[in-house]
Amino acid sequence: MNRVNRVAWRDTVPSLLVLAALLALWWLASHGQWVSRVFLPTPEATLASLREGLAGGELLQQTGQTVLRMLQGWLLACVAGVALGALIGISPAARGWLQPMLEFVRPLPASAVMPLAISIFGLGPNMVLFVVAFGAMWPVLLATLHGFAHVEPRLREVAAALQLPALDFVRKVGLPSALPDVLAGMRLSLTVSLIVAVVGEMIASQPGLGQAVLLAARSFRASELFAGIVLLGLVGFAANALLAAAERRLLRWQRP
Amino acid sequence: MPPRLTVILKGLAVPLLLLAALEGYARGPGRDSDALAPPSKALLALGQAAADGSLWGATAFTLGSAAAGLAIGFALALLLGTWLGLSARAGRWSFLTVELLRPVPSVALIPLAMLVFGFGARMEFSVVAFAVFWPLLVLVQAAARQVDPRLLEVAAALQLGPAARFAKIVLPAMLPRLFVALRLAVAIALVVAVTVEIAANPHGMGYAIMLAQQSLDPALMLAWLFWIALVGFAVNALALWLQQRAARRMGAAG
Repeated sequence: MNRVNRVAWRDTVPSLLVLAALLALWWLASHGQWVSRVFLPTPEATLASLREGLAGGELLQQTGQTVLRMLQGWLLACVAGVALGALIGISPAARGWLQPMLEFVRPLPASAVMPLAISIFGLGPNMVLFVVAFGAMWPVLLATLHGFAHVEPRLREVAAALQLPALDFVRKVGLPSALPDVLAGMRLSLTVSLIVAVVGEMIASQPGLGQAVLLAARSFRASELFAGIVLLGLVGFAANALLAAAERRLLRWQRP
Repeated sequence: MPPRLTVILKGLAVPLLLLAALEGYARGPGRDSDALAPPSKALLALGQAAADGSLWGATAFTLGSAAAGLAIGFALALLLGTWLGLSARAGRWSFLTVELLRPVPSVALIPLAMLVFGFGARMEFSVVAFAVFWPLLVLVQAAARQVDPRLLEVAAALQLGPAARFAKIVLPAMLPRLFVALRLAVAIALVVAVTVEIAANPHGMGYAIMLAQQSLDPALMLAWLFWIALVGFAVNALALWLQQRAARRMGAAG
């Protein structure tokens, strides 16, 4: 993740030029009608929609709703994932009994659970929250499990020699040594949270950017659709960048 | 008892126990539930779907769309990623643009794809292609950067053209890493394909499970849920096997 730092300042201008070239291509494609305006609005129209929506507060509110949904689900997923992962990871016996089942469920698309969640919770915000948390839990859970399973054996022996209680073992040995895995899992699960939150808003008609882009597409308002996509991209970018920075800070002690 | 069998039995014990509990609950207190059904009835529904062919049709649609999207995304990422990986300058200069576009959640494009292509296979594989393109681009770029410089010097000494250099030197050198990238992309492709069907596209396994839910048929819904999990597990296992086999063969050859 140090790639950002390695991009020297002398590359800044060409980098911006590449980005500008892409925008120019978009401008040309939309103004030259290479692609129908119905699908591809001009950059100006997208910007106007963005400005209008942000100034009116509507887009800002929808962004806030989506971000809130994503964060709530993600936090639930992190707590549940770390707790379950630590609980299972601490005992090799539990791992033997439970890991095959977890490996079987892992590739299941989170959105496939949505129909089941709809029948249980109904078409409401709780349904979306549940599916977001469920989908985002797996990366954290499996990463925590992996981290606990690969604790340095000598640390285990020390803990046994000191007769550390299980809870202290988790807090003082298990979690710190699993931290790199857990943080990587949390970053992945934040991406999953955003995706599932958007899908949930589309299906359950919950307010947020997911519903906004779907409605914009249904009424052929391409510039509003693009404004929503741009905002979702920014949310994803910001979330990823923040967590990457947090990861670097929290793992500073690892580097000599 | 042979140790392998013990491992398998141990792994099966908890799921079977949970299924038995669900069976008991759905036949007892939850008899009138619209959400849950006994697993035995779900198994029956799965058998019926397999017998009337709807199971195979929907599965083929989903897998086909995922594969088509994966193929398109992989081809594009291979070309662009090789270029950005081999030319350090192109890699640095495009970094900003790639990092800005990469975090756009693929599902945000579902409405756009719906607008452009309407419902059907094309909207689905275009979203899948977009979703797999970005992670693949990053992985291919890393693979191209790690091609041994001496191999590239050989290509220069032989005065190979760009096409021959790519086909004879760069591609074989990247191959083991490409299989690793492919395995990751297979998982993404399947998840995105099912998600597109659940969110919008009225075809495939994702739509089938939505339809079962909407027609208040919990047995069929659970059957589809189990089937989607099974297909996902099998496809992932297959991709992992392919990757390990490729790594072993190329390790032996190189």
